[in-house]
Amino acid sequence: MKDRLRKVLSSAPLHIAILGIALIWSLPSVGLLMSSFRPRNDVLGSGWWTVFQHPFDFTQFQLDNYIHVLTAEGMGRAFLNSLTISIPSTLIPIAVAAFAAYAFAWMEFPGRQTLFVVVVGLLVVPLQMTLIPLLRVYNRLGLAGTFLGIWLAHTGYGLPFAVYLLRNFFGTLPKDLFESAFIDGASHLTAFFRLALPLSIPALASLAIFQFLWVWNDLLVALIYLGGTEAVAPLTLKMANLVNSLGQNWHLLTAAAFVSMALPLVVFLALQRYFVQGILAGAVKG
Amino acid sequence: MASVTYEHVTKCFGDVVAVNDMDIKVEDKEFLVLLGPSGCGKTTTLRLLAGLEEPTEGNIYIEERLVNDVPPKDRDIAMVFQSYALYPHMSVYDNMAFGLKLRKTPKAEIERRVKEAAVMLGIEGLLGRKPKQLSGGQRQRVAVGRAIVREPQVFLMDEPLSNLDAKLRVHARAELSKLHQRLETTFIYVTHDQMEAMTMGTRIAVLRDGVLQQMDTPQVLYESPANLFVAGFIGSPAMNFFEATLVGSVEEMYIDAQSFRVLVPPERAKELKNCLGKDVIFGIRPEDVHDPEFCPPNITAGRVKAKVDVTELMGNEVFLYLLTDSKSFIARVDPRTRARVGDEIEAVLNMDNIHLFDPQTEEAIR
Ligand SMILES: Nc1ncnc2c1ncn2[C@@H]1O[C@H](COP(=O)(O)OP(=O)(O)OP(=O)(O)O)[C@@H](O)[C@H]1O
Ligand SMILES: [Mg+2]
Repeated sequence: MKDRLRKVLSSAPLHIAILGIALIWSLPSVGLLMSSFRPRNDVLGSGWWTVFQHPFDFTQFQLDNYIHVLTAEGMGRAFLNSLTISIPSTLIPIAVAAFAAYAFAWMEFPGRQTLFVVVVGLLVVPLQMTLIPLLRVYNRLGLAGTFLGIWLAHTGYGLPFAVYLLRNFFGTLPKDLFESAFIDGASHLTAFFRLALPLSIPALASLAIFQFLWVWNDLLVALIYLGGTEAVAPLTLKMANLVNSLGQNWHLLTAAAFVSMALPLVVFLALQRYFVQGILAGAVKG
Repeated sequence: MASVTYEHVTKCFGDVVAVNDMDIKVEDKEFLVLLGPSGCGKTTTLRLLAGLEEPTEGNIYIEERLVNDVPPKDRDIAMVFQSYALYPHMSVYDNMAFGLKLRKTPKAEIERRVKEAAVMLGIEGLLGRKPKQLSGGQRQRVAVGRAIVREPQVFLMDEPLSNLDAKLRVHARAELSKLHQRLETTFIYVTHDQMEAMTMGTRIAVLRDGVLQQMDTPQVLYESPANLFVAGFIGSPAMNFFEATLVGSVEEMYIDAQSFRVLVPPERAKELKNCLGKDVIFGIRPEDVHDPEFCPPNITAGRVKAKVDVTELMGNEVFLYLLTDSKSFIARVDPRTRARVGDEIEAVLNMDNIHLFDPQTEEAIR
């Protein structure tokens, strides 16, 4: 009993410090969240922290900001556009990269090493360098301003890292497993679908989170290849426009910001189980 | 149900020659053990047959079929890996059924074979578990089961027992032997443990640095090793060796090992007449060195004065570490022995079981 108390006390300073840092870290987001639910006059008249003066007075919160932003300001449309862009832009590169990574890890073919080095080398190419040449090609092919165009662009930008990460992960899977499968009668395709993929779920999930967040938060690539038209603009673009047009309307901007943050949060929370597993998988053997 | 032939097979990894001119024939239904120290090319020999490595030179046949260019899945073999290589995300049942499913075996047939193998190995209660929920011994049995259900022509096993504790290993050893008798299939089994080799193999192939040293039944290997390496490798404790010279005459030939001199039995001396006067390496197994008080009758005795340096009681026997001059050797004697550390005894060598080797070629002198 006494030991236990001492244990709790001795780790208390650490816990308090961590808690403090976490609080400071999340303060801006909390403020954003509070403001997004407050009426316009309240936001302009007092700081968000004043809501804590009457913590149980729920009349100081309302959903009007969200309703307004999603309908009148076109955030709803932008949200759908963002989804239309992000989901294929996440799935396509991961699918392609998984096949490539398997080949790099487990198939013997001439030039394998060189090709892999080239792919990894592409990691250092700044994407800004590719914008103009690629856009010219897109214009000629009629891909500029289409969703297909931006899917391909994100696939291209995401592939080198995805191939690199997955190849390294596949490479750490025990060789015996694959050899055993080949003796059991598996082809490379079977080994890929029945062994490599199921055993790499943590890596695939981590990669999906990274790629999804990167595409979701991307402004530059969308602006260049899609242009700013209402029909195709994603959330990031819309947000940038809203800051111009609604500069003083904090109650609306905060709501809009939260709309754009909501999905990444959900994705992260849904996949974080695998994410943590992925980090641990390398550390704990067995 | 097939014989296996290695025809002058060589495998190089860059500069390393892992298998050097391997030329052996494994008969149908045989239990061949590949035995040798670490790095001698046992695993490579096995992997060549499995099709996981391509021979640099030479041909490999399963039955009459040349399999050099046949991919692993078409060789009709099954392999148990040292790590077991169980598929971690599949249940025990699915692990065992995997190969059959890939071969489009009917579902009912798969179920029948998996159940049968599971009962045979005593793992029928574990079919729903994942590999990580199994103990080492259970995993080993699942790995064997996965090989059995395929009903292959040849079983390959790469040190399947090395991850088990000593007791379990003895048990599993007996089970594998039984399995071999029951399945009547060719087994090729890799180990660096000579006890496993001696107890399980119908024949043993001893390898050293990729070169086959001797291939024969355990009995022959033990009683007449072909060279110094095999003699020293097989048997525990290892055979005692002395640098010696053959002196005297054909009628009265002695082995002179400086610190002692023993008479060669006359029949043996006749066979050795060409070696008279030559340097040899004289080998004698510890169990052929006796305590004079408990010496079995009817042996041709050679007497060696020695001092007892260390005694080790093993329960049913005692190891005496003896010294003649500064040369040390081991005797494996009756547990009733009264020899104590520091005693001078006159150890009795059983001269009917001596081994002589050429010091240059290290080959046995017959
Ligand atoms: N893929 C490889 N690349 C290069 N050298 C290799 C390779 N595989 C094996 N070797 C070498 O070939 C030799 C024989 O290796 P092998 O694995 O057959 O030994 P082993 O008899 O199975 O040893 P152990 O009892 O330790 O398993 C060793 O010197 C090893 O270093
Ligand atoms: Mg080995």
